[in-house]
Amino acid sequence: MQNYFALFQLPQQFELDLTVLDGQYRKLQAEVHPDKFVNASPADRMQSMQMATLVNEAYQALKQPTSRARYLLQLQGIATDEENNTAMPGDFLMAQMEWREAMDDARVGKDIPALDALLKEMRIQAKTLQQRVANEIVAAPTQAALTVRKLRFIDKVSEDVNQLIAQLED
Amino acid sequence: MALLQISEPGLSPAPHQHKLAVGIDLGTTNSLVATVRSGMSTVLHDEHGHALLPSVVRYLQDAVIVGHEAQAAQSQDPVNTIISVKRFMGRALHDITDRAHIPYHFVENDSSQGILEIKTRAGLKSPVEISADILKTLKARAEKALGGELTGAVITVPAYFDDAQRQATKDAARLAGLHVLRLLNEPTAAAVAYGLDNAAEGVYVIYDLGGGTFDISILRLSKGVFEVLATNGDSALGGDDFDHRIFCWVLDQVRSKSKDFKPLNEEDTRLLLTKSRQAKEWLTDNHEANIVCKLSNGALVDETLSVAQFVALTEHLVIKTLSPTRKAMRDARLSIDEIKGVVLVGGATRMPHIRHAVQAFFEQEPLTNLDPDKVVALGAAIQANVLAGNRSGDELLLLDITPLSLGLETMGGLVEKVIPRNSTLPIARAQDFTTYKDGQTAMAIHVVQGERELVSDCRSLARFELRGIPPMAAGAARIRVTFQVDADGLLSVSAREQTNGVEANITVKPSYGLNEDQITNMLKDSFGAAESDKAARMLREAVVDAQRLIEAIQAALAEDGDTLLSADERQQIQTHIDALLALCQGTDSHAVKQASDALNHATEDFAAKRMDASVQKALAGKNLDSLEL
Repeated sequence: MQNYFALFQLPQQFELDLTVLDGQYRKLQAEVHPDKFVNASPADRMQSMQMATLVNEAYQALKQPTSRARYLLQLQGIATDEENNTAMPGDFLMAQMEWREAMDDARVGKDIPALDALLKEMRIQAKTLQQRVANEIVAAPTQAALTVRKLRFIDKVSEDVNQLIAQLED
Repeated sequence: MALLQISEPGLSPAPHQHKLAVGIDLGTTNSLVATVRSGMSTVLHDEHGHALLPSVVRYLQDAVIVGHEAQAAQSQDPVNTIISVKRFMGRALHDITDRAHIPYHFVENDSSQGILEIKTRAGLKSPVEISADILKTLKARAEKALGGELTGAVITVPAYFDDAQRQATKDAARLAGLHVLRLLNEPTAAAVAYGLDNAAEGVYVIYDLGGGTFDISILRLSKGVFEVLATNGDSALGGDDFDHRIFCWVLDQVRSKSKDFKPLNEEDTRLLLTKSRQAKEWLTDNHEANIVCKLSNGALVDETLSVAQFVALTEHLVIKTLSPTRKAMRDARLSIDEIKGVVLVGGATRMPHIRHAVQAFFEQEPLTNLDPDKVVALGAAIQANVLAGNRSGDELLLLDITPLSLGLETMGGLVEKVIPRNSTLPIARAQDFTTYKDGQTAMAIHVVQGERELVSDCRSLARFELRGIPPMAAGAARIRVTFQVDADGLLSVSAREQTNGVEANITVKPSYGLNEDQITNMLKDSFGAAESDKAARMLREAVVDAQRLIEAIQAALAEDGDTLLSADERQQIQTHIDALLALCQGTDSHAVKQASDALNHATEDFAAKRMDASVQKALAGKNLDSLEL
């Protein structure tokens, strides 16, 4: 399997200039996208679809900090195992419960501003964890796996909050 | 017949010959065809100077009438005159909830899992066939205006169309004898026309309210790249619904005045709906509209509708467009102040209260400097011109997305999402499954599309069975199911048992779609009655496809043959080309198809090398700032 960083000719590290990634992504799609192969043979069209699919997949994996961290660990042979490993330190579990309670309260009270505040809180939490994971990937990969699991959890809360806001707005 | 000319071996056809390619907006109310001429995208007119072709098809005993003439007959012959057929594309009878108000004789086709058909005096007609009749008219108009056979067409679909509706549209094009270069989302087409016209850069919203569908798309425009960030909509909401509100209001008025008012017959229903549409259009520039007509039972309708009443009657429809709008904004993670402009598309956006609602929502005046009826066709023509190869392709890149999530049914009737909505196309995702019983050798896979958690709330796209799983203990088998959505937004699914490699490749034909045999039969029917005609047409199609293939491979050889292939490899491909060329002179369409497949297969390694070279070329030797698209 092709290394996503190599595909975009980017250094294999967590710190990433998103404008550079965007630029490389667009340059690649400009060459490989199926729209460039409409009149080509079926064999060429198949290659184009597969490559454009890979470029999209790689772009998504590197664009989001959580998936980028997960991918970097995967390259080191470390599985983050978010589906099965749900063990978390006590303080994080406490925080989780508080966020879920805040969501439930907002649901009952139809309190959209409270949900917006919760989203902001999630962004701050995520930022802190992202700064931490950047160092951990290099210095303490096993620790980094736990941080990725935390990040995944925070992403999930954000998704749920967004979904709840959409429900309340309807 | 330029398409049938086969060039001599080794000689490729003139490389810069202008290809005749069109963009087609197959609309609920009106359809259009446009092309790029002398660098300008232009809508093509019929012999009476009309740009819009009413999407109305009237079936006579042995003739089909499409457009204005059919529209004029809709009140007198409502049962055989089909309007707004787009609403029925890829739909089963039970999907059409308001069929009591529609004057057609719907029939459920048992052989196609509930696909709906309409009984006309010319026989049963599926929405695909009716749409094909509209497309044939546009094709004839374009070929007459351009003086030659079309190379291909880009056909637009609502962004919020699901897989069944997209597939039905593609089937209709095929039935009409059109080579589909791409299915393009309507708001994306509009963005291309608007963006190129105005050299727009930044984030734009396309608010597209057509006759029967509503789309909202949010795009980032940057140096010729059109990147769709989020899309949402309602594929059963449009201008027709506004007409219908007026229609119901008129009926209420008339009923309240005369106690013994009888139910309307089909002719009167159509007449009142037409009057309602006219009133709606009149109210765009006037304070009140008079709705006057005489019904077939002699009763006189004479009502006056004010703008204020109209707004009150339809306000809930306007509000209904804002919920998808909010969702799209949220999916794109954007706030109102990041939106550079809002482009209005679709005839229904002429209604002032729509404009006011959009303006209030986005806190800025919407852009209306393009004709909302034509902008989609104009954009599609630009894309068609690029795809046909008339313009060097790197000036325009469209990155579109899938509007609805795709998933699989799991235990308990729940949906496991495999591809989330708003994923950039093309996209593939694999999902692993296992058996739940000891010795289980088959597995049923049910593919659905939609955002809800329950299978019953989503649209069923396909069911298939993966057989031949080796008997193992429950949970030991590993079955990998791969979903691939192509650049047209169409899904194919393949499944593979990982331990023994049993593979099932399925091109998903939606549960409510036509199957391959039905399409072939329809095509054959349209070829004419005589057996020799059919054979001749089949041969012609096979030869045209073969010629297209040879042309593509010769272009690839001219470009990369010297650098990527050894003399031996090149000779092998040439041998296949020569064999196919020889068969094209004969009469065996089956042999032509087989030789085409063999030629294509022989170029697979070459194709892979070419793709690697493309990737290298994309990023080599250019610094990041010199990206000029």
